[in-house]
Amino acid sequence: MSASSASASGRHRTAVQTVVSIGQNSWLGGFLRGRVWKGSSKAVCVPGLNCYSCPGAWGACPIGSLQAVFTRTANRISLYVAGLIALFGVLMGRLVCGWLCPFGLVQELLYRIHSRKVRIGPTRLRYLKYAVLAVLVIALPILLRNGAGVGSPWYCKLVCPAGTLEAALPLLALDASLRSAAGWLFVWKLLVLAGTMLTSVFVYRPFCRFVCPLGAIYGLFNRFSWVQLSCDKGTCISCGRCARVCRMGVDPSRDPTSPECIRCGDCVQVCPVDALRLGLPAPKRNGQPARD
Amino acid sequence: MSRTRATLRVVLSLLAALAVVLGIVRGEPHTVLMKAINVCLECIGIG
Repeated sequence: MSASSASASGRHRTAVQTVVSIGQNSWLGGFLRGRVWKGSSKAVCVPGLNCYSCPGAWGACPIGSLQAVFTRTANRISLYVAGLIALFGVLMGRLVCGWLCPFGLVQELLYRIHSRKVRIGPTRLRYLKYAVLAVLVIALPILLRNGAGVGSPWYCKLVCPAGTLEAALPLLALDASLRSAAGWLFVWKLLVLAGTMLTSVFVYRPFCRFVCPLGAIYGLFNRFSWVQLSCDKGTCISCGRCARVCRMGVDPSRDPTSPECIRCGDCVQVCPVDALRLGLPAPKRNGQPARD
Repeated sequence: MSRTRATLRVVLSLLAALAVVLGIVRGEPHTVLMKAINVCLECIGIG
């Protein structure tokens, strides 16, 4: 695959990410009036991390929705939200992160700023996102409750930079009463967002790699999802190009179903012998699957 | 291994779809809707 076609493929993915991100947040009335959309489409979760308090958002954030149900006294585990996340996961795995997540797009655009880049290979820091999921998304919203028996969405409250970027900044810019209510928590979230964005200039998708609880969930589905990255071991010449081009620290020839792979397809484009394939499971040859 | 994965894929798809249906029966989309149509103060660093 030539460099120009690989570049064209990257542009194609950026176009998809842009259309999805703008499409999901295209209610202009919200940006004009400083309000959020109140239609019934808000009962449905979008696949990526997209704050439902973004003034333009048509749908609900899956992680916010998961916590919203955890924090209520009844039906603590939401079959509906967990089922939707599992459906997205089993259909696409982390393809959602690579192609459909607005905050992933923001980080990728920042990474395009001309600067010295820091490549981080496989590191134990990747397990941090599972801790964020277990503690801030699941445990604390269930266990810590106020006198009325209602918990807080701790991940949204303490961490989520997508909420700060997509919801807090536009809403506070448009609403003086919200501005006057902002205190230390807003400053903290602003620092988290600034740190994430600054790091994104030098490190590829740092939030997705190390912090995002939604990416942690989808990563668990990478081995079982319908959309698969697969490597034909018989064709692979072990040239290492795929591992060198992967900015998520994955070696696709050895572990094409790694939980870290966001299915961006860069490795597929650079493979000189077309050993890598991204798509639905390959048809069987002589009764055996064509690829691992 | 591939057959196991294929089976798991189908089972997980069915379980996920079943969970969504059961969640709808339990009225959970309403909880999501109520949260999503109001400004989430925690999300914007105020709550």
